[in-house]
Amino acid sequence: MDQATCMSLENVSISYGKFEAVKGVYMQIPHGEVTAFIGPSGCGKSTVLRALNRMNDLIPGCSLKGRVVFDGHDLYDPRVDPVEVRRRIGMVFQKPNPFPKSIYENIAFGARINGYKGDMDELVERSLRKAAVWDECKDKLKESGLALSGGQQQRLCIARAIATEPEVILMDEPCSALDPISTLKIEETMHELKRSYTIVIVTHNMQQAVRVADNTAFFNAEAVEGGTGKVGYLVELNSTERIFNAPSQQSTQDYVSGRFG
Amino acid sequence: MANPAPKSISYANTDLFDRRPLFFDGTLKRNQLNLLLTGIAALFASIAVLPLFLVLGHVLVKGGSLFSWALLTELPPAPGLSGGGIGNAIFGTIVVTLIATLIAVPIGVGGGVFLCEYSRNGWFAQFVRFGNDVLAGVPSIIAGIFIYGLVVATKVFFDQSYSALAGGIALSVLMLPTVIKTTDEGLRLVPQELRWGAYGVGASKFVTVMRITLPAAFTPISTGIVLAVARAAGETAPLIFTALFSPYWPDGLFSPIASMSVLIYNFAIMPYEYQNALAWAASFVLVVMILGANLLSRWITRMAKT
Amino acid sequence: MPTDPSLASPEDVFTLRRRPPSEKLLDTGFRQLTLALASAVAFVLIGIFLTVFVEAREAIAQFGLTFLTTSDWDPGNETFGAWVAIYGTLVSSLLALVIAVPLGVGTAIFITEDIIPVQVRETIGLMVELLAALPSVVLGLWAIFVLEPAIRPVLNLLHHLLGWTPFFSTVPQGPGMAPAILILVVMVMPIITSISRDALNQVPIELRQGAYGVGTTRWGAIFSVILPAAVSAIVGGVMLSLGRAMGETMAVTMIIGNSLNFSLSLLAPGNTIASLLANQFGEADGIQISALMYAALILMILTFVVNVAAQWIVKRLSLRY
Repeated sequence: MDQATCMSLENVSISYGKFEAVKGVYMQIPHGEVTAFIGPSGCGKSTVLRALNRMNDLIPGCSLKGRVVFDGHDLYDPRVDPVEVRRRIGMVFQKPNPFPKSIYENIAFGARINGYKGDMDELVERSLRKAAVWDECKDKLKESGLALSGGQQQRLCIARAIATEPEVILMDEPCSALDPISTLKIEETMHELKRSYTIVIVTHNMQQAVRVADNTAFFNAEAVEGGTGKVGYLVELNSTERIFNAPSQQSTQDYVSGRFG
Repeated sequence: MANPAPKSISYANTDLFDRRPLFFDGTLKRNQLNLLLTGIAALFASIAVLPLFLVLGHVLVKGGSLFSWALLTELPPAPGLSGGGIGNAIFGTIVVTLIATLIAVPIGVGGGVFLCEYSRNGWFAQFVRFGNDVLAGVPSIIAGIFIYGLVVATKVFFDQSYSALAGGIALSVLMLPTVIKTTDEGLRLVPQELRWGAYGVGASKFVTVMRITLPAAFTPISTGIVLAVARAAGETAPLIFTALFSPYWPDGLFSPIASMSVLIYNFAIMPYEYQNALAWAASFVLVVMILGANLLSRWITRMAKT
Repeated sequence: MPTDPSLASPEDVFTLRRRPPSEKLLDTGFRQLTLALASAVAFVLIGIFLTVFVEAREAIAQFGLTFLTTSDWDPGNETFGAWVAIYGTLVSSLLALVIAVPLGVGTAIFITEDIIPVQVRETIGLMVELLAALPSVVLGLWAIFVLEPAIRPVLNLLHHLLGWTPFFSTVPQGPGMAPAILILVVMVMPIITSISRDALNQVPIELRQGAYGVGTTRWGAIFSVILPAAVSAIVGGVMLSLGRAMGETMAVTMIIGNSLNFSLSLLAPGNTIASLLANQFGEADGIQISALMYAALILMILTFVVNVAAQWIVKRLSLRY
């Protein structure tokens, strides 16, 4: 990995109340590529992802130790405004969550929030096209976003995220609630998107990681002495090819070859 | 080891968006607006809880100061005189509320069982649910004049007009919708699998409802009933034309009876200081009973959870 | 159990393999019983309407619709017009809502949107619920002896400053429309707060995350996503509390002054249908009873319309997530 680093995590540990979810993560997320987080459930991959744009702030009792550096600043510096962070690091969630507004407004809302000064109609069309959902939506832009199918809703949410032109897009298992055809379309969308954005995606589907990701990070969880549950940690981060063909850790080898998890 | 992100890489169209440093900027309009609105919400919340403290404070100070054994056991004095208590009103409130509970709980629980167990979505159930919501919205004074017209004016009970029984019936009209609704909703929370399990071993519908479903919904139903009883105990409007008032100890269920709420109403508007003080004392007793019942219902819910 | 277990012989332990007629009878009987109990609601409701309507017929025949628009209520001369009470009912309840809705919804937002620690939120929620549990007559007592004397200087100031408008043209002298409105605020605000709180709590977490995810501020998310998603339930709750305010009797009767004369001034004594009933029903006879029943019928229709509208709004406007 000799690319420029987009975000770097330095000894990050995240707890919910007294329960430690993830411990001691060091990681550098390369710029302009797709990085996938894989691992068994409960390994904290979604927790780490949400830490990247301070989404965990919305969960009561969630706290983070360590540094998450983006654009030369620690995102958890007390002077940092989480709203600014989220404007530059967008997010697509596991469950499609369009706003109860029209399709057009779903896109325009975020852009307006971000002080967009250009032509709104054009932005809406461009975002929907980039998210590969324009053809299905172009005749019903005034209809509610909730009237779309699940896969279309998710692509609408991707369009909503890219409309604000973030520098990074975080995707938390974006296809877990979708059928295979919608999944395929969203993966195609990701291939398009990585030309202009850094993408971090959490997936429980290893084939998906192989298909879309340039780099893959494998997380695992282990019980610790005196702890109440399993604590997640990063096993290794490398190019997807290396992770799946010649990982440096035995546990990675076991996981990707389907021997556990 | 942090590689600072290279500034040279440009993003499409970012110049069309507001891009600011990551640091919090208190001078931004949106942040100032946020602060202002949070302040307003905090102010509103403090205004919202203020009346509780003021009312409770006055009731405790003005009513609690008169609290004594005599207050709880003696009859109220004649207008203008002092001494005595509100014993008959406390007793009367208990009697009237008890009558209302004995009428409203069997009817309400039975009706709720029908709605949830026998006809979840039939047209009749829909109609009863609608009617129940309408009945819940009927002003309490109207329930009073309804029972006045039905029971008091017609003197159906042994040629007696105003009576404790009439007051209890009027209160039961107000309790009924709450009891039906909490029963219906409480039973809905019972998982369907529990009913299937009972049917699966061959239990009849009656046995399933009485032995499985109703006991499983005991907590929400009893909580709702406690709250409905507490509300009924404080009601005044349905009683002023039905139970009326009496300065004496009750003389059976078929004659007028005193109650704390009507005593407060009558004594509050009297020009005598001692009667006003008794109104505060009755408020103290009534509020302690009602808030006690409310906390009891919370306790039931909490005990059921653990 | 309907059958005698002693009938069981060792060879045939399960005596109930074939259901005995008594058990079937019990089952049907129980169903019919609950059906009858459920019907009680319908009977009571129809009974209320019929009683009030039948008793009001004489007054309806005699005064017709002019009853609604005339303000002369004179039992001595047997002329009755309910305009003062109808006007008072509408003005007191609507103005109470104007004050209570922002307070209630604002409080609900404050205790749902992660602004303060959970314990503080729950304490405020509990206090609001306890406020709702206080009996109306106790609030009336408090209004007479504490609230009204306390706000009189403020009302005097209003009269001083705004006395040139008809709404503040009289000198406040104790009971009146203004303190009645304030006590109604105290009574309906907890209802609005609880319903709004439930409505806001039901807005899915995903929707909140979506709003914050595109970079809205807290109040941006509240106004543009969270409140719109909860609006139908909140409006329904507001309508419900409007019905409550219109029918509220004791506290209002004790502090509104029960005047039979029409006045636009909020500082003057007024009347509502409910307090008219509470005040006069006990001593009324003849045509006056019928006139009071006519007024009661109007109050019933008003609250009925408002309550049905509340239910309709909740059903019709509720959004799918």
